[in-house]
Amino acid sequence: MSDIGLYARRLGDDALILGQRLCEWCSNAPVLEEDLALANTALDYLGRARLLLSYAGSFDGKSEDELAYLRGEREFENLLLMELPNGDFAFSMARQYLLDVYEGGFFAALAQSSDEQLAAIAGKAAKEVAYHLRRSAEWLRRLGLGTDESNARTQAALDELWGYTAELFEMDALEERLAAAGVAVDRRALEADWRAQVTRAITEAGLQVPETAWSVRGGREGVHTEYLGHLLSELQYLQRAHPGLSW
Amino acid sequence: MSNRNMMPLFEVFVRGKRGLDHIHVGSLHAHDAEQALEYARDTYIRRGEGVSIWVVESKHIHASQESDAQAFYDPMDDKPYRHATYYTLPDGVDNM
Repeated sequence: MSDIGLYARRLGDDALILGQRLCEWCSNAPVLEEDLALANTALDYLGRARLLLSYAGSFDGKSEDELAYLRGEREFENLLLMELPNGDFAFSMARQYLLDVYEGGFFAALAQSSDEQLAAIAGKAAKEVAYHLRRSAEWLRRLGLGTDESNARTQAALDELWGYTAELFEMDALEERLAAAGVAVDRRALEADWRAQVTRAITEAGLQVPETAWSVRGGREGVHTEYLGHLLSELQYLQRAHPGLSW
Repeated sequence: MSNRNMMPLFEVFVRGKRGLDHIHVGSLHAHDAEQALEYARDTYIRRGEGVSIWVVESKHIHASQESDAQAFYDPMDDKPYRHATYYTLPDGVDNM
């Protein structure tokens, strides 16, 4: 597969895996309204995954379904943050906030890509992300400034998530090549703005910016947490059990 | 849904297209007006049903009561002269 195809595929993996995670909230959110809002967000991610995986597949004649349903976990290259279990509501919202700020910068930059298809997908994604961020930023604030318990749970979530954020801003050889060609986003360049924005919001929400000493990485190399396999077994079950099944 | 009682009720009005009026479409619970707008967006216009949303906390709406119906509405039933069609136009008036 070409470099651009591989790049589109890993971006599609990011969207597919987090979309699947968010779908798990369906019927489990604290109130009906939030349930609908989370499902809408999940569908935004699934829509984005379809666009990106279809584009990735177009480089070597694979369908979006083949890419989504017929790859093993070592072939997925999503960032680890996407696959972490939802945890409690504070954990899911804190993750969403950290990712929404990241994706805001990322898709604004990708919209300038020299690859027209990626630029168009990024333009669409940027609008969705602007809304996701509005929601998750409010939730961070509401939970941080809410009760002692909501504050403590959100702080615990940030502390746990923090070690996974380093990976957001690391480049590998593939992305280096594509960034030099004006196709991919140089994710290192997004870190300073991300850190400033996130630090401000966390502080204003009465929370502490974690001083986590550890960090993990590996998603872009196909080295995942123990959780991705379980997620895929649910996501892929139907196509594995009934190959070629369609609606 | 145990914390629902901590969230006030909002009424939602949606404008379907530019130039149309906002129409009441339903109600929802939210922690504040800002969240009510977002929940209204996610609940009522997810299929592109609107271009503008109003939300108002339900407690701010003063509604007429069923018990007032006789005094409020019945007296209107026998006053046809309040309709323009009650009047015969003079022959000299062509366009009205």
